Amino acid sequence: MRHLDELESQSIYLLREAFHGFEKPAMLWSMGKDSNVLVWLAKKAFCGHIPFPVVHIDTTYEFPEMIEFRSWAKEHYGFDLKVWVNVEARNRGIGYETTDPVTVTHELKTVALQQCLSNYGFDALITGIRRDEDATRAKERYFSPRNADFEWDYKDQPPEFWNHFTTESGPGEHVRVQPLLDWTEIDIWRYLERAKVPLPGMYFSRGGMRYRSLGCMPITKPVRSNAMSISDIIEELKVTRVSERSGRAQDHHERNAMQKLRAKGFM
Amino acid sequence: MSTLSPTTPRPAPEAQAAPAAQPAAPAKPAPQDHLDLVVVGHVDHGKSTLIGRLLFDTNSVEEGKAERIEAACKAEGMEFEYAFLLDALLEEQAQNITMDTTRVPFRTASRVFTIIDAPGHKEFLKNMITGAASADAAVLLVDALEGLREQSRRHCFLLSLLGLRQILVAVNKMDLVDYRREVFDGIRAELGEYLSRLGVEPAHFVPISAKLGEGLLRRSARMPWYTGPALLEALGGFRSSPPATGGPLRMVVQDVYRFDTRRIVAGLVESGSVSVGDPVEFVPGGKRSRVKSIETWPELAARAQGPVGAGSSVAVTLEDELFVERGQIGSDPGDKPVEGRIFTARVFWIHKTPLRIGELIPLRIGTQRAEARVIGIHRKLDAVTLEGGSGTGGEVNVHEVAEVRLRVRRAIAFDAAGRIPALGRFVLMRDRRIGGGGVIDALVEEQAGTSEGPAASRAAILGHRGCIVWMTGLSGAGKSTLAKGLEARLLGSGVLAMVLDGDVLRTGLSKNLGFTPDDRSENIRRATELAIHLAEAGVVVIAAFISPYRADRAMAAERAKERGVPYAEVYVNAPLSVCEGRDPKQLYKKAREGRIPNFTGVDAPYEAPLAPDIEVRTDREPAHEAIERLAKLAIDLSLPDDQSDSGANI
Repeated sequence: MRHLDELESQSIYLLREAFHGFEKPAMLWSMGKDSNVLVWLAKKAFCGHIPFPVVHIDTTYEFPEMIEFRSWAKEHYGFDLKVWVNVEARNRGIGYETTDPVTVTHELKTVALQQCLSNYGFDALITGIRRDEDATRAKERYFSPRNADFEWDYKDQPPEFWNHFTTESGPGEHVRVQPLLDWTEIDIWRYLERAKVPLPGMYFSRGGMRYRSLGCMPITKPVRSNAMSISDIIEELKVTRVSERSGRAQDHHERNAMQKLRAKGFM
Repeated sequence: MSTLSPTTPRPAPEAQAAPAAQPAAPAKPAPQDHLDLVVVGHVDHGKSTLIGRLLFDTNSVEEGKAERIEAACKAEGMEFEYAFLLDALLEEQAQNITMDTTRVPFRTASRVFTIIDAPGHKEFLKNMITGAASADAAVLLVDALEGLREQSRRHCFLLSLLGLRQILVAVNKMDLVDYRREVFDGIRAELGEYLSRLGVEPAHFVPISAKLGEGLLRRSARMPWYTGPALLEALGGFRSSPPATGGPLRMVVQDVYRFDTRRIVAGLVESGSVSVGDPVEFVPGGKRSRVKSIETWPELAARAQGPVGAGSSVAVTLEDELFVERGQIGSDPGDKPVEGRIFTARVFWIHKTPLRIGELIPLRIGTQRAEARVIGIHRKLDAVTLEGGSGTGGEVNVHEVAEVRLRVRRAIAFDAAGRIPALGRFVLMRDRRIGGGGVIDALVEEQAGTSEGPAASRAAILGHRGCIVWMTGLSGAGKSTLAKGLEARLLGSGVLAMVLDGDVLRTGLSKNLGFTPDDRSENIRRATELAIHLAEAGVVVIAAFISPYRADRAMAAERAKERGVPYAEVYVNAPLSVCEGRDPKQLYKKAREGRIPNFTGVDAPYEAPLAPDIEVRTDREPAHEAIERLAKLAIDLSLPDDQSDSGANI
């Protein structure tokens, strides 16, 4: 089997296990490239249907072009989209204009997600994180339990092997299901190219700049690039040694920021 | 909402990574071949250092990371630490150990490797198993200075159990033994002999120094006596595990979807392949149909016809409207999995609460779920000597491996792991987590139901037979406490247990009896007969009676023996003064005041057992410890007579 086929099959297996294993699963969707692969794989896993809600945690700092893409994709794929904003924090004045990025990310993403989860009563969240994004994520499981406070107990993770996973959660807990864990950034691009998965235009070069990873507007910076097509991007990635998330300010704000964010429940 | 102001990307740093000059970035022609590699070995034998060094030497480290680590090490006054290229979590850097399985990709010109770093600390074995179970090949690291350690052997043993056959042994830290050939040869001889007993033939033994980069990318000039390949060359020779394309069809059913008019059977092809028109039989159950279509999204212009091979997720519709469900295996009707209820297996246990004989435990195999009874723990396998340990103690403790016999209530379908590995592997769940894993060696044929008789049939239904645990002791000695604790403990393990309490009996069956010696004997006689009936029904009877006379207790034991009911005597012992001090029902007080005549210990005798099966000093031993001892005794008594080992090889 070819490598991408193996990855695709494994992800589909995981998605089906998640759908079977939980009462109320939901899929997180940021409209980014990994998220779009995830949606695509869900359509494949369930033969054209996405049998759970697709959740977008809207920080209100989204690029307008991404919001357009969101509306288009909802129609195109026909999924049940739930958009959630931490209105309470925004009303308190939490924002990049006034607050440090780690706090903003915590409030507008993590806390927003907590609110969304308890509002809808989801017991599993399907996410598009990958092991190669960050050394902390490298230690993740396919099915990764979170306690009621959203904490990830990375010191005592449940074993998983032979296609058997943690599919039960206690009261207030939920499980993160991570079907793309084994994919690398280049695998994602190769798959996007092969399957012709629709993407926001911001990943491609305009005026010598493009976005490699998309987050909130004020803290996401483009990189210098002339890549106009997916194959250009793949060529570019083959020689780069700059980390994918280097354009994301919140990761670099302080030492071990990513670990702190994740332990507190960040995606 | 603020607007984006595009900033200039930072210039490429000029600095070369520390501490040695990086090799020029190799040309990267997009290798398509992937190999998942697990690195195992004793703690501190240099796993993280090796991986860090491989990342560094193959130019796979992200920009700036080596520089940051160099700066951090300098600040701490340390040498540059390659392991830090890998270790992410704070605790790891602080304690200098890797806490959890990490997957790190690196590439050579011909292949993408994903390294699964498995920690060597004994308490982290579950992480190693999690990592190693999905690997194509393993690197076992042995410290040249320390040689083979217990963990090195244990890891090899588990690798063989997990089915890993491609193993490379790297003898590390050769610099610390002056690159001497004798040291390397000695380790190779010792480990080679051990591995061959496991049926594992290591592909290579390679001498290296991970820290100094000797023997990794190319052979080391410091070890001219070594003529084999360098580590990376040797790894290049491993094959990524080919899925079982040949072999009979095994499609593990995950679900049946009815989102629209289609009735779609979704699953994973573990062996063989599936095409439109193929006959399929779903086991257990045995219903047959043919594949009508292979469903895809997006729909293809030319509908998919197959074959869809092993390792693929697939969705099919069938020609007939069958009731198919999760847990079944779509199989080649001419070559089906076996179905059965009793099988032998080798299990490894990774939960802190031991796997106990007699207990009922959730089992998962493929997508099938069942409740399994541990009906035999035949021998423990010692990872160091590879020999069966003496006495299993009725339990498999954390990090132990044992040969067990399991029985499930409803037949499951499987193939012996030696035939189709994926269909012969199962996990056992404890507290919603995987507590251990196992590979099925053989189906055990069950004897025909009719010849067994009703007692054996009852035992088969319950998973155990009845027995009597007779507790004797003074009033206030703690019989009721222990009896109730034992009852709860046994029920919790799925054993049908019940307390037969002296006080309760006297309010009903023995209502007409007093406390004279004759009446006491009659009371015990009635209790014995009742206990025997209950035990014959399959109940583990916990009889809690003062039963002060040896002769009465001897009679009870004798009657049980006559009727073939297993019986054990437990002496619940506490000094009279202690019992009287406890006096939960104020009986001693009343007896001393003369309001209760013939009270045992006050004005009637208590004849202590001469040779009880278990004696519990309740004034000294904590109740929970005593209950564990009693539970072991009760479970041993309740085990059905083990049929001779008639494990038919399948």
